[in-house]
Amino acid sequence: MDLTHTPEEEDFRARLRAWLAEVLPTLPPPPSPDDWPGRRAYDLGWQRRLHDAGYGDVHWGASPTVRLIFLEETERAGAPYVGASFVGLLHAGPTIAAEGTDEQRERWLPPILRGDEVWCQGFSEPGAGSDLAALRTRAHRDGDHYVVNGSKIWTSHAEVADWCELLVRTDPGAPRHRGISWLAMRMDAPGVTIRPLRTLAGSTEFAEVFLDDVRVPVAHRVGAENDGWRVTMVTLSFERGTAFVGEVVACHRVLRELAAEARRNGRWDDPALRRALGGLHAEFRALWRLTQWNVGEAEHGGGVPGVTGSVLKLAYSHARQRLYDTAADVLGAQALDLDRPWVLDRLSSLSYTIAAGTSQIQRNIVAERILGLPKGR
Amino acid sequence: MRLQLDKGQQALRDGVRELLARRFGPEALRDAVERPGRLDRELWRELGAAGFFALRLPESEGGVGLGLPEAVPVFEEAGRALLPGPLVATHLAAGRVPGAAEGDTVVAAALGGLLEWAEAADVVQGDTAGAVPLRSVDPLTPLHRLPGAAPVDPVAVLLTAAEQLGGAERTCELAVQHARTREQFGRPVGAFQAVQHLCADMLVRTRTARAAVHAAAVTGDPVDVHAARLLADEAAARNARDCLQVHGGMGFTWEFEVHLHLKRAWVRTRRAGPTTESEELLAAALLKGET
Ligand SMILES: Cc1cc2nc3c(=O)[nH]c(=O)nc-3n(C[C@H](O)[C@H](O)[C@H](O)COP(=O)(O)OP(=O)(O)OC[C@H]3O[C@@H](n4cnc5c(N)ncnc54)[C@H](O)[C@@H]3O)c2cc1C
Repeated sequence: MDLTHTPEEEDFRARLRAWLAEVLPTLPPPPSPDDWPGRRAYDLGWQRRLHDAGYGDVHWGASPTVRLIFLEETERAGAPYVGASFVGLLHAGPTIAAEGTDEQRERWLPPILRGDEVWCQGFSEPGAGSDLAALRTRAHRDGDHYVVNGSKIWTSHAEVADWCELLVRTDPGAPRHRGISWLAMRMDAPGVTIRPLRTLAGSTEFAEVFLDDVRVPVAHRVGAENDGWRVTMVTLSFERGTAFVGEVVACHRVLRELAAEARRNGRWDDPALRRALGGLHAEFRALWRLTQWNVGEAEHGGGVPGVTGSVLKLAYSHARQRLYDTAADVLGAQALDLDRPWVLDRLSSLSYTIAAGTSQIQRNIVAERILGLPKGR
Repeated sequence: MRLQLDKGQQALRDGVRELLARRFGPEALRDAVERPGRLDRELWRELGAAGFFALRLPESEGGVGLGLPEAVPVFEEAGRALLPGPLVATHLAAGRVPGAAEGDTVVAAALGGLLEWAEAADVVQGDTAGAVPLRSVDPLTPLHRLPGAAPVDPVAVLLTAAEQLGGAERTCELAVQHARTREQFGRPVGAFQAVQHLCADMLVRTRTARAAVHAAAVTGDPVDVHAARLLADEAAARNARDCLQVHGGMGFTWEFEVHLHLKRAWVRTRRAGPTTESEELLAAALLKGET
């Protein structure tokens, strides 16, 4: 058991901390949540600053520990969230880095790192959510292109994305898991129609995407034809395993702010509330330690996070919902005011046990793939 | 950075696991349950010889000279095996009470409003005025209740959490083993999702608690220790309940060991003082901005 860092890691932390202290005060105020073009510009602008300062590829170019230090320090300092860069940086990028050809890496990775291009994820379909392998969007070969027809749903950031990591069925005759391919599709290609969906939080965080004879070059397929399910598992393990690690630190910050607010408004005098906050503090502390555990394992194992990501995702998504329910306890009647901080967060926390695989699906994975229980139905 | 056990810690853990499998296997456990209140002195001395009590005592004082990161896996093993006796109290007394380090002296102590094993012990420490004997819910832990609860040393809290973690790991394993083999409706019950999900939650609780306990062993920080305590208590008690559920009617029998895990988890939960105190400590730390 060891929580110490190497001198290089400590050096990285110190440099990053100094840089953040210098740069953060110069950032413009963040745009309103409804201003999508503004958000795209803001999120990409932040990524560009990181890139120019040499931190652009920290999400998949660095060791797991360095990446953890990066997330810890940026969160602590209150740096902007990855935002629109989420898919590109945290799962499409790492997938291309792991599974793409040299040419594909050169084409797609630098613009993600430089903050030039936004990616979105076109996996789910109206009839294929948890049962992702049921997807029906078809792609048939026409010369050196695929012609894609079908539709995707709940595609986050679709409105501002340049590229989509798209799952399509390239062999409808094959067993479900075998006939799928992973494509990179331009969102401005002819035949792509985006229809924003309003979320329960009132915003248009995600969209439906209709695909009508969309032509995608065969060269834009990552992995072999019909081998897309395997590539997808790589993407999902990044999504579940590492994509929200920084948010565990963010929840710590929220907890501190909640305690301060409770102290200010008198709610702190309620022992039940204090106990709830104390219990959450214990939980998020433990989740951070679990993150460190997983990173320690990754550091000594391979680069792709395994199914242990499901363990963290399960615990984290439920703890996050309890956190914002407790925030409502701190706020009292103000918890019903959309203009108060934490109220929108409470609404969006409801998605955490659904998106990136529901809790039920994560439990299936833990039971069958970690505990080795017989396959269920 | 790595919270997993290193090679030396693994070897130590394996040694203790092996010793306990040999000396305190299922039969010895059953035997101990049949003869409540009796402590196996010979085993106690063997533990002493293996360094169980002297583990953290400096070599200059005749100890092993190791620290909490080594004591934690050792106490996890004790928790897995349901090893009875005032293990934490005697461990803490090593170097202070003659014979404790060697396992010659059994030391009981007032911890969190409870006194365990007072009658079998050679030495009883702490303020035990007004101790009232209880008909203990745990057949393997004779108990006295105490009027007041003095604050508990963080080391005692952490070692107790390590025992809880060991119990949580064991009941998760027992549940999974059973779910793999017990058949109903023509298939192993572990193929039913409701059972799978109980087991998955047990694993999540265990792993989260494990990370917290190991980190607290490294930092020794009281906030970490109390966080670990809360997670480990929850994992031990909830896992034992879920394990019982997965075993169906068999789980409710005296013969099957899960009730002993549950009862011991309840005893240990009290040992570190009221849960509220840990929660209050963690809440207060938020205001201080320590996270
Ligand atoms: C905020 C948000 C953002 C999203 N962003 C994206 C995105 O960018 N790209 C993308 O591709 N997708 C995205 N999704 C979609 C998300 O991945 C799916 O919603 C999710 O996988 C669940 O699928 P579903 O909605 O079809 O629910 P369903 O699969 O229909 O599930 C309905 C209920 O049944 C349960 N259930 C289903 N199957 C099982 C089973 N085998 N065992 C037990 N219970 C089961 C589920 O747990 C759930 O409770 C997003 C979703 C949300 C909420």
